[in-house]
Amino acid sequence: MTILTQVLNGLQLGSIYALVALGYTMVYGIILLLNFAHGDIIMVGAYVSWLVMAQLGLSPVIAIVLSIGACTLLGVLIDKVAYAPLRNAPRLSILITAIGVSYFLENGAQLVFGADAKVVPSFTDLSATGVGILTIVVTAVCTVVLTLLVQKSKIGKAMRAVSEDMGAARLMGINVNHTISFTFAVGSALAGVGAVLYTMAYTQATPTMGMMLGTKAFVAAVLGGIGSIPGAVVGGLLVGFAEVLVTAIGLSTWKDAVVFLLLIIVLIVKPTGIFGRSMSEKV
Amino acid sequence: MATMLSVQDLHVSYGAIKAVQGISFTINEGEIVTLIGANGAGKSTTLNTIAGLLKPESGSIEFLGESLVGVQAHRIVERGIALCPEGRRVFMQMTVAENLDMGGYTRKESENREELARIYDHFPRLKERRNQIAGTLSGGEQQMLAMGRALMSKPRLLMLDEPSMGLAPILVQEIFEIIKALHEQGTTILLVEQNAQMALSIADRAYVLETGTISMSGEARALLNDDRVRKAYLGG
Repeated sequence: MTILTQVLNGLQLGSIYALVALGYTMVYGIILLLNFAHGDIIMVGAYVSWLVMAQLGLSPVIAIVLSIGACTLLGVLIDKVAYAPLRNAPRLSILITAIGVSYFLENGAQLVFGADAKVVPSFTDLSATGVGILTIVVTAVCTVVLTLLVQKSKIGKAMRAVSEDMGAARLMGINVNHTISFTFAVGSALAGVGAVLYTMAYTQATPTMGMMLGTKAFVAAVLGGIGSIPGAVVGGLLVGFAEVLVTAIGLSTWKDAVVFLLLIIVLIVKPTGIFGRSMSEKV
Repeated sequence: MATMLSVQDLHVSYGAIKAVQGISFTINEGEIVTLIGANGAGKSTTLNTIAGLLKPESGSIEFLGESLVGVQAHRIVERGIALCPEGRRVFMQMTVAENLDMGGYTRKESENREELARIYDHFPRLKERRNQIAGTLSGGEQQMLAMGRALMSKPRLLMLDEPSMGLAPILVQEIFEIIKALHEQGTTILLVEQNAQMALSIADRAYVLETGTISMSGEARALLNDDRVRKAYLGG
């Protein structure tokens, strides 16, 4: 029974990392940007849930819809305001901008909501196990839908085309800016789903909650091979399991260190990650 | 013959480097026009500017009576110009069929199906390999794919940038046969080539570019026999 519980815990935590890692990997895939503000989008989603349920007293369904909607809009807005003007700038400029956006969101949240944790009311009457299973199922569904979207749909093919060669994609008549916006929207919507599932399990919103979550999801994306959708999922699950395993054997203070140790090992042994392709730098 | 494309006094720069310095030329409906010239003469820059990938510094580009200056690249495709770019630039990680799909991005699915059948007629090898990843094709096949992909948008004007580059002579022959066939079916073509011999032999008219300006122009046949052209571009 304990083992089963731990497996469930690992899958649950891993699923949330996977959802966040998917957003990282999609944005990286299309504009080669490590969007360090991605984790903070989850924080905003958690606060929206808190606002809607604890402050406005509205139903969890409204909270879920508004949280995911707010994350989606925020993601697109961040791209339009902060990243799009730098599309032709050196990659380092946009990377630093992403870090700036991350700090802006964290400190903005602290200014508005205060530094103390807000308790997000419970979304459902499900038990902890129920929430765990729900998290895993929702993540699996999201992954399947996303894979179909990218592989089969017209916009998904356009995303792949833009990610391979932006100039050639333009020559096909693809509106590159729309395609990039769409990618941010999808990635951020997944972060919104992650935010809801995370707050279901951990019931708290703090200004810096996105930082560690985002960083670990980043590790997951790199572990799986950044740019790869199956990679993000496998990487997320591995990171989740590693954390739960370390906690289960009584070394919970080491759980973060183990995740980053994993990252170091991957970067030494297989820098492209599990599913990553080695690719030459785009010129 | 109606004028399809008219470029007047076009200037294009990359920062401080002036790549195109005041060129003017026209293309009439149904023609093959070729721009020939050495490396760095500004041929590709000209095509990329017409396609909207580069912004001109000054000058005008008119297509079917409407200005293209300042129009975004993806809108120019909708207006009926397709560029098959230098170095092919097919989507290496996508299948042949997906690449062709992308070529028809601006059009309806039903139109694309007809066009796809036509393109598979021109390039039977693409049909055989339609589910293969483009990165696994040979150079010649990739060139065919790049051309097929450009044709998927049913362009009024097809611009080909160095279609023979890096190909074995037999494949060059094959590519030019296809260009001729497309022309016979009524496609207007602007061809940029370093292989001046081949280009002049199939074109109606030609412009010779030298360091960003047009140094000569005229009937392709006449230029093929012109002493200066023979010396400079056809190896004597």
